[in-house]
Amino acid sequence: MARLHHLYLTVGPARFRVASTWQRPLDQLAALYSDYPASQDDYADFTVRLEPEKPWRRYIRPSVHISGDYWLPDAAPLPLSQSLLAAEMGMNLQMALGWRRHLLLHASSVEKDGKALLMTGLSGSGKSTLSAMLSEKGWRFMGDEFALLNPDTGMVHSFPRLISLKNEAIAAMQAILPESRFGPLMTGTPKGDIRHIIPPTDAVQKMADTAKPALLLFPRFGYDPILRDMGKSEVFVRLTQASTNYVALGETGFRALTKFVDAVPTKAMDYQSGEQAEELIDSLWSQLS
Amino acid sequence: MMRDARLLIGALRAPETVLSLDGMGWTDLISIARAESLIGSLAHRLTDIEMPEQVQPALKDAIQATDLARRQALWEADCARRALTPLSCKTVLMKGTAYIAADLNAGIGRSIGDLDIMVARDELPAVEELLLDAGWEWVKPDPYDDQYYRDHMHELPPLIHRERDRMIDVHHTTLPLTAGPTPNASAMLDNAVQLDSGLYVMAPADMLLHSVAHLFADGDLAGGLRNLWDIDRLIRQFAQVDDNFWTELRARSKLHQLEPHLARALRLTARLYDTPVCGNLAGPANVIDNLYIRRLLARDGWGRENRKFTREAFYIRSHWLRMPPLMLARHLWTKWRKA
Repeated sequence: MARLHHLYLTVGPARFRVASTWQRPLDQLAALYSDYPASQDDYADFTVRLEPEKPWRRYIRPSVHISGDYWLPDAAPLPLSQSLLAAEMGMNLQMALGWRRHLLLHASSVEKDGKALLMTGLSGSGKSTLSAMLSEKGWRFMGDEFALLNPDTGMVHSFPRLISLKNEAIAAMQAILPESRFGPLMTGTPKGDIRHIIPPTDAVQKMADTAKPALLLFPRFGYDPILRDMGKSEVFVRLTQASTNYVALGETGFRALTKFVDAVPTKAMDYQSGEQAEELIDSLWSQLS
Repeated sequence: MMRDARLLIGALRAPETVLSLDGMGWTDLISIARAESLIGSLAHRLTDIEMPEQVQPALKDAIQATDLARRQALWEADCARRALTPLSCKTVLMKGTAYIAADLNAGIGRSIGDLDIMVARDELPAVEELLLDAGWEWVKPDPYDDQYYRDHMHELPPLIHRERDRMIDVHHTTLPLTAGPTPNASAMLDNAVQLDSGLYVMAPADMLLHSVAHLFADGDLAGGLRNLWDIDRLIRQFAQVDDNFWTELRARSKLHQLEPHLARALRLTARLYDTPVCGNLAGPANVIDNLYIRRLLARDGWGRENRKFTREAFYIRSHWLRMPPLMLARHLWTKWRKA
């Protein structure tokens, strides 16, 4: 069998071994994750594998099949030009299917004064972009994909992997960030154009610092700005859908989530621009006790 | 980097061998154990070992995951029991759910997929109807597959519960009807042991022989290390509590036409897991055993299946075992046309 190259990555509490037939995605990861703590001991929680779909697809129209300790039978392969995306998807997959130490919420999160703001919603709601923007304006970036909720303490743990920008969000962030913070532009992916950005330095340095969840938002981009209240049962049900391991955690997941929904104020937020969102968030944040 | 699954075998057989592992060795071990669905068994096996701090969370996760799987499997078995109460026939739990329900060592940390049950063949229509009424539905409503199952298989086409999303396989015997050996299903049902819940599990010798039949007379040995680990655990426990176990096993293996399969299972589990087995029943080692070992260990430290040629050979063999040549040709032709 083809030899695999490999690389270790540490993101928040999770440690990955990414193994690949091609050196290319590993070089890209190494460059983008260069400020993250390096592995001293070769331990990993998960192995991700990036391999050709068929042996000859290593060279001819190379296509990257994503697998690892945990995998999905119907994962579509990606072209080699999108192998960085494949690696990121592979790591997400391990977390989504295999991580049990926290309740995983599909949400972005940022922190200020030890308190966390979480934003969840469907793809295109702007949660990723909002977290990236806020982290350039005094907030600490904690993650744009998963917020890790500790079932024992109720604290949010940071999982600050690369921020994944899609389509219009790319240009919006290029306007405010230097080119050195960006990964390669990948066009025509299953989710449109994608470009990753490296989180701010403090997000990586403080990735072990937890925060107390203080506000949960369901942002929705493209509507007149407004904040709406949400019923607890609606919040609960939507969060069960936004969690990848709620069912797998059983009773632990239920307890963690009910405690969270009871304690954390929640609003639905419609907005049309980053400035509007920022204003709404600032007003809500200042009213928190 | 490990080239085969021997690392996992060593850790299961002699937990203290993990003390010499470095970080990479541990990462390999965990990937292999996850791929072979043995991570829960491994985690339980290592509870008394002083492990590096870095690997403890992954193994603790595996224990919690299998604890939950255990509860869910028992719940699922109880759902089937309730659905089938109108029937007077025995409902026999099989494989993982049986090990757990009977509180056997083979159930410790075991991963569980589907619920497997066995009932008398003439009860199948009634069982089918009751399960459909209780919310199970067909997974593959393909007429060819459906008819194939009903004519030639040892089980109904798989059913899935529409709310709980869990599969049930309803067996009426332990091997496809087209396979070489014909186990005596009614003798298995007669000897089945009732649990407090009212459900049944097979008697020890039959339970072991079902596991043997599943591994060596049906299928391509994929996931075989877990199956063989079941066999090891069952033998150790049954032989310890019952002096008569080996005699009974010999008689039942004759009855179910599984003597050569049992012999091979005993030789392989002794070789891989160091299981204490009856030498008379196991017979002398032969060179073919090496091929089986090669197949069973075909997994590298990245968690990948390797030894493609060996695996293919066992895959083809699995079809030969299941059906006579003409029937196989017809089956493959139909499948190919539909694909």
